[in-house]
Amino acid sequence: MNQYFKNTWLGIYTVLVGMKITFKHLFTPAVTIQYPEVKLKLPERERNRLYVNMDDCIGCDQCSRACPVNCIEIETVKSITGEDLGTTSNGKKKALWVTKFNIDFAKCCYCQLCVFPCPTDCIYMTDVFEFSEYDRNNLVYKFATLTEEEASEKKLNFEKFTAEKEAQKAEAAAKQKDEQKPAS
Amino acid sequence: MYQYFYDLTGNTIIATLIVAVFPLVNVLLVALIGVYLERKVSAWIQDRIGPNRTGPLGLFQTVADFLKMLQKEDATSTEIDSKLYNIAPVLVFTGSFAAYAAIPFSSKLIGSEADVGIFYVLAISSLVVGGILMAGWASNNKYSMLGAMRSAAQIISYEIPTAIIVLSIVMFTGTLSLDKISDMQTASFWNWNIFGGAELGLTKFLMIPFMFIGFLIIFISTLAEVNRTPFDIPEAESELVAGYFTEYCGMKWAMFMLSEYGNMFAVSAIVSILFFGGYHSPIGYLGNSIGVEWLIPFEQAFWFLAKGWFFILVQMWLRWTLPRLRVDQLMSLCWKYLIPYAFVNLIIIGIISLL
Amino acid sequence: MALKTEHMVLNMGPQHPSTHGVLRLELEIEGELVNKVTPHLGYLHRCFEKHAEAMQYNQVVPYTDRLDYLASIGNNFGYALAVEKLMGIQVPERVEYIRVIMAELQRIASHLVAIGSNGADIGALTPFLYLFRDREHILSIIEETCGARMLYNYIWIGGLSHDIHPDFVRKTKEFVNYFKPTIVELDNLLSFNKIFIERTANIGILPVDTAINFGASGPTLRGSGIKFDLRRDDPYSIYDRFDFEIPVGKGLMGTVGDCWDRYNVRIREMEQSLRIIEQAVDNIPEGDVQSAIPKRIKPPKGTVYKRVENPRGELGYFIISDGTVNPFRVKVRAPSFVNLEVLGELCKGNLVADIIAILGSIDIVLGEVDR
Repeated sequence: MNQYFKNTWLGIYTVLVGMKITFKHLFTPAVTIQYPEVKLKLPERERNRLYVNMDDCIGCDQCSRACPVNCIEIETVKSITGEDLGTTSNGKKKALWVTKFNIDFAKCCYCQLCVFPCPTDCIYMTDVFEFSEYDRNNLVYKFATLTEEEASEKKLNFEKFTAEKEAQKAEAAAKQKDEQKPAS
Repeated sequence: MYQYFYDLTGNTIIATLIVAVFPLVNVLLVALIGVYLERKVSAWIQDRIGPNRTGPLGLFQTVADFLKMLQKEDATSTEIDSKLYNIAPVLVFTGSFAAYAAIPFSSKLIGSEADVGIFYVLAISSLVVGGILMAGWASNNKYSMLGAMRSAAQIISYEIPTAIIVLSIVMFTGTLSLDKISDMQTASFWNWNIFGGAELGLTKFLMIPFMFIGFLIIFISTLAEVNRTPFDIPEAESELVAGYFTEYCGMKWAMFMLSEYGNMFAVSAIVSILFFGGYHSPIGYLGNSIGVEWLIPFEQAFWFLAKGWFFILVQMWLRWTLPRLRVDQLMSLCWKYLIPYAFVNLIIIGIISLL
Repeated sequence: MALKTEHMVLNMGPQHPSTHGVLRLELEIEGELVNKVTPHLGYLHRCFEKHAEAMQYNQVVPYTDRLDYLASIGNNFGYALAVEKLMGIQVPERVEYIRVIMAELQRIASHLVAIGSNGADIGALTPFLYLFRDREHILSIIEETCGARMLYNYIWIGGLSHDIHPDFVRKTKEFVNYFKPTIVELDNLLSFNKIFIERTANIGILPVDTAINFGASGPTLRGSGIKFDLRRDDPYSIYDRFDFEIPVGKGLMGTVGDCWDRYNVRIREMEQSLRIIEQAVDNIPEGDVQSAIPKRIKPPKGTVYKRVENPRGELGYFIISDGTVNPFRVKVRAPSFVNLEVLGELCKGNLVADIIAILGSIDIVLGEVDR
């Protein structure tokens, strides 16, 4: 019987305590923000969409190898002698034409593992997070600065260059053979 | 009211229809404003902002929702019992709307001045159970059926404490007519039934605590009758998805929603009539003091709506504070706690009224 | 003549508001009474263990984030400790301290979700939102340091991805001071609410022997009254330096091991986590957090099992190394998966509404159950 009245009392009392708390909250200002109009300042270490500064990229492929989901695709062509690719901002000499540097943000897991191995700090994460697309293909970002024609030209150049080199080598080898022949 | 329009038009049907329009408008407004307020109150309680996009302060949010609901395709499952399925929302709405026939909005604005007003309200609001059972069964969904069963058990059980408290008020006032009960509590808030009625004396003061208990019990049990949290087990969203209207969409779903809010206002009105003076002002009428007779009914309507809305707000406040009960605890609350207390209260009020 | 009756089979989930993701429960019910519960898993299976075999050791870390996505730091922690043990790396003091603080912050954040969703399942939506508001503070502290809000990839093998933000210590202290009163508010609003007690006390009682037989761990085990916490019983990192208590279920509102006990253990654990943070945050030594990270992670041949106390229980990593850069096998002992097994035992003879309360009190994360 005692328990009965105690239950009744507790039932009423705890409900009133709860109501008091929620009543107080009726008058506390909202903690939410109106997102598209008001945006929070994101911290400087924010990890969102990647950006590649192609001026500094030397095409070393380290980021692509560090990626656990293989979302970075890099293709490079070696430069031929006489071509000047310039230097990166920290003074490294570039030796490769980057003909393709694609990042598929549909795959990217924003783990930042690609950022750390980069020797020139050219790949980094920005605070851009609003880049949704209707078509998944639009999420493949192409960072390479060379146009397709330029890229194929570079490829051709390199092929020509290697072919020439091969030819030279072959010639030299043949010459050597020729020189060696009479001696033997 | 009815008499006035009958004299004006000379046709019973037209007069009835005109009189019926007022509560219908009220129900629609209650649903529109109620849904908006529900969202706003929940947002304020939870430190959020709530709807603020559609119109100034989001005021048109429910209007927009309503328009969307009208345009929706009436998608139904193939396995439903379509007759019952289509009748159910109408029946539920009818049940909650018909209760307004006897509710006095002011001394002039009253559908029917029936002498058995409160009895009629209690009886007609049971019609809702039929509709809910139909909806649950016809949907051919297990969740719907569980919800409907729970709801039927709940509404029927909670009518008992409600009826007992109503009985004690009827014993105290000696009438079943809602406008007579209201008229007994006129002039000042000190004459309200919760403060022991209009007759001054020892009995009045003896009555106050028991009237207060009576008010608590009827408030809790009517809360359960309209399926609001903490008694919203028929539509418990985390258990039964949406209870008996899981399979409904579009306007049919809106009918359930409309009847829920209509019911909320109806029970708030009943509570305020029984205990808080109904349409009577707690502080006297402006119309009386400046001598403008026609102003009084409007003031009365204002006070009536204000009291109704106050209890709706309390219902919302409770909803966003409390967890919900379990189905067997709901029954034990009703049968083991509310009904015994209500009975004891009834006897004590009876004895005090005899004094 | 007896009427022929049959049990109704009710499929709860995978799209159900309170199965915490994509769990499907097959309930065999008799009216509202549940006779049998069969959980069906696998809707979120991502082949974590197979994936890990194709990854280098450091590349597995982002994958561990996604196991128990409410306590990613704890997952990173366990994996890093396992590989460090395999390679015999000693990490600097500073790293140890930061790891512990982060793990405890994460524990609070994770428990906030657990408590909130347990309440929301029972119908109290408001505390749920209050707790998410508080969790937001923790997430923004961690975000400032490592840049991510949920999947951190923060604790690396041999170190951390970033040193702490200059504001970290101040903000953490602010949070500790802010959070203490809100626990009291939560207690008043939800824990000691009569309806909540009625819904959870004496429901889903997990007896001690059953808990042990099923291998339950974490708050599910401690709710049954066993003082078993890996932070104290198998101290890893620097947990042995801190002074904290291990809250256990005492049957305050009903029987030992009921839903309310499991719920209460989580709240009290948050208080203890605050204590650990308070002790640790002032004593972070100076140093470099990346000095011990090996250039090339190529552990010697061998096997290792390392377990840590995650918010949901004992999280264990079993790693076989064949001496190459890729692990030969990574096996995860996921606490949620093991704790979920208890569900069938707890739910027998309860009502449908109790299943929700029990499931909420066991607190599973499907990312970890299905892996």
